[in-house]
Amino acid sequence: MPDPKLGSAEQVGPGIAETASVLDEVPTSGALVHLPGMAPASPTPTHDPRRSDVDEWGRSEHMRELARRLYGPIYRNLFRAEWSGLEKIPAEGGALLVANHAGAVPSDAPVIIHGIEEELRRPVYGLADSMFKGVPVVGTLWSRMGGVVAHPDNAYRLLKEQGQLVLVFPEGSKGPGKTYQERYQLRRFGRGGFVEIAMRAGVPVVPIAVVGAEESMPTLVNIPPLAKLFGSPYFPITANQLLFGPLLGLVTYLPAKFRLRVLDSVTFDVEADQPRYSKSRIMEEAETIRQQIQEALHDMLRQRQSVWRG
Amino acid sequence: MATGAPEGVTGIAKGRRVLVTGLASFWGGRIAQQLEADPTVDVIVGLDRREPTVPLDRTEFVRADESYSILSRIVKAAQIDTIVHTFLIVDSTMMSNRTLHEINVIGTMNLLAAAGAAGSTVRTVIVKSSTLVYGSTARDPVWFREDTPRSAPPRTRVESSLLEVEGYLRDFAEDNPHVAVSLLRISNVVGRAITTPLVAALQLPLVPAIAGFDPRFQFVEEGDVVRSLLFVLRHQVPGVFNVAGDGLLPWTEVGAICGDKPFFYLPPVLTGVAAAPLRRLGLVDLPEEILDLLRYGRGVDNRRLKQAGFRYEHTSAGAVERFWEGVRLRRTVGTSEPDFVYDPEVESFFRRSPAVVRDLTSS
Repeated sequence: MPDPKLGSAEQVGPGIAETASVLDEVPTSGALVHLPGMAPASPTPTHDPRRSDVDEWGRSEHMRELARRLYGPIYRNLFRAEWSGLEKIPAEGGALLVANHAGAVPSDAPVIIHGIEEELRRPVYGLADSMFKGVPVVGTLWSRMGGVVAHPDNAYRLLKEQGQLVLVFPEGSKGPGKTYQERYQLRRFGRGGFVEIAMRAGVPVVPIAVVGAEESMPTLVNIPPLAKLFGSPYFPITANQLLFGPLLGLVTYLPAKFRLRVLDSVTFDVEADQPRYSKSRIMEEAETIRQQIQEALHDMLRQRQSVWRG
Repeated sequence: MATGAPEGVTGIAKGRRVLVTGLASFWGGRIAQQLEADPTVDVIVGLDRREPTVPLDRTEFVRADESYSILSRIVKAAQIDTIVHTFLIVDSTMMSNRTLHEINVIGTMNLLAAAGAAGSTVRTVIVKSSTLVYGSTARDPVWFREDTPRSAPPRTRVESSLLEVEGYLRDFAEDNPHVAVSLLRISNVVGRAITTPLVAALQLPLVPAIAGFDPRFQFVEEGDVVRSLLFVLRHQVPGVFNVAGDGLLPWTEVGAICGDKPFFYLPPVLTGVAAAPLRRLGLVDLPEEILDLLRYGRGVDNRRLKQAGFRYEHTSAGAVERFWEGVRLRRTVGTSEPDFVYDPEVESFFRRSPAVVRDLTSS
């Protein structure tokens, strides 16, 4: 939060600017802890039990804490996630985390968010398509877990005004939509919107290469007509479904070893807050970042002895 | 308040001459009351089809509908320089779609035509719109800025009528650069007195919600709304402004503040069909735009008006708490305010009879 512009956050409400510093202190007392980006609390300093800790983005640190406790064993024992280069993620201030996206029901997002929140004790907000938000229960839980609709305004406010960590998968649904034969072959990075957002917000892009998600839920075939019928971006038949059944297979992962490599952060020497940025520059930067992640993936796969043991 | 003289057309006026539409409405009455206390306001003319619902000392009530001829005559005759257009219907449960369209679109069109007529003295137009113009969908940003476009075209009559009104207002501002046009988009209003579909829903023994959704709501306190309108009137700040309290509250939290009552859940599919019988039974009327809100919520960025210098007295949560305090009081002692009944003869006596001693302070 060194950004002096954050002074304006005071107008939005207390609690926003202190996010990172609050998270630095491990909560020791009380069940309900006042945590990041909380909506302006009631004027009384004592905690009002009627008020939840849901922040303006819908994220609840209390529920995240619960989720981290439940997800910890999966993270440690099933995926045995190992990070390298975590120190390249800024300890404070906004940064846009960019990673490859894979697995029919992607397991990379929770692994990345869990890992960073545990290691850096900073909240991570995940930008995603709005289709989650429209699904009852799922949408609400998704937003309590830190999911935010991928709208440029949301990204700007999180990154620039509140100096948060924001995770985005530029491949979108094309990443998880690919089959096992195409594993670790990065899809197009959209139209480079993530670069434009980082430029406008004046924050670095931190690329992350993830190995393991592809094998945790491999898609054997895709059935586009069914996808069309259900209005989903893809309709996979996964190995997990063959093993565990059509429904249980959607939530049960294979024990692939996760390795995550944080690459050097990318800064763009352009002025923040411009109304427009050169489209060719944006596409060029996006492609460079894609290449870097792709090369890192190849390097990690060269070193991998086994899908399961890493 | 030395000016008790209502027939202020004579002589050269120094103070403001304000026309308030919807005088009988919640907002019109309150605005007029506040303007009466302002010594820089010389003349207040209030327009409505119905009689005023609050006691007024020097506001001139003109019974009029939204037709053009009477409006331009009033503006001209009273040399109006400021129009406060509070009479936009944002609660679609109050009337048929047709009447709503008539009042909002045709009424505003006529008002702006009168304000922009040749020789018009109008220099300030203030319109009270609603954040309904942003809609409420899954694709929305968490905070709408004044220039953020809608995520989807409007589906309800009230939303499209407000968008039409704003379109006319934009054209008017462009055609009349000498007129300061302020457009205030008001969020969900709560307070000690106002009644809206959301307020009605929160007073039910079971609070309606949509199963599987806990949207975040923003509120603004009714006093803050009146103050915001007076603020743009006094400081002449043209432009579009969101008016809403700080912070968003999950609907469950709103319910918790409002007596911690249980919810009753409408199904997430065919919600409108499920809500229809509630209206027919006279329990609660939840129109489409409110159901959208109960599904996705809406937040608007209130910083622009703050940067202009306005200070809110209440946050979203504070507004809801204040509303609930009002409900608690009413439950114990009943309505505190006595009902005001407008009687033209009584009003005329107090304002015009030579028997009444006015202006006791002047020499």
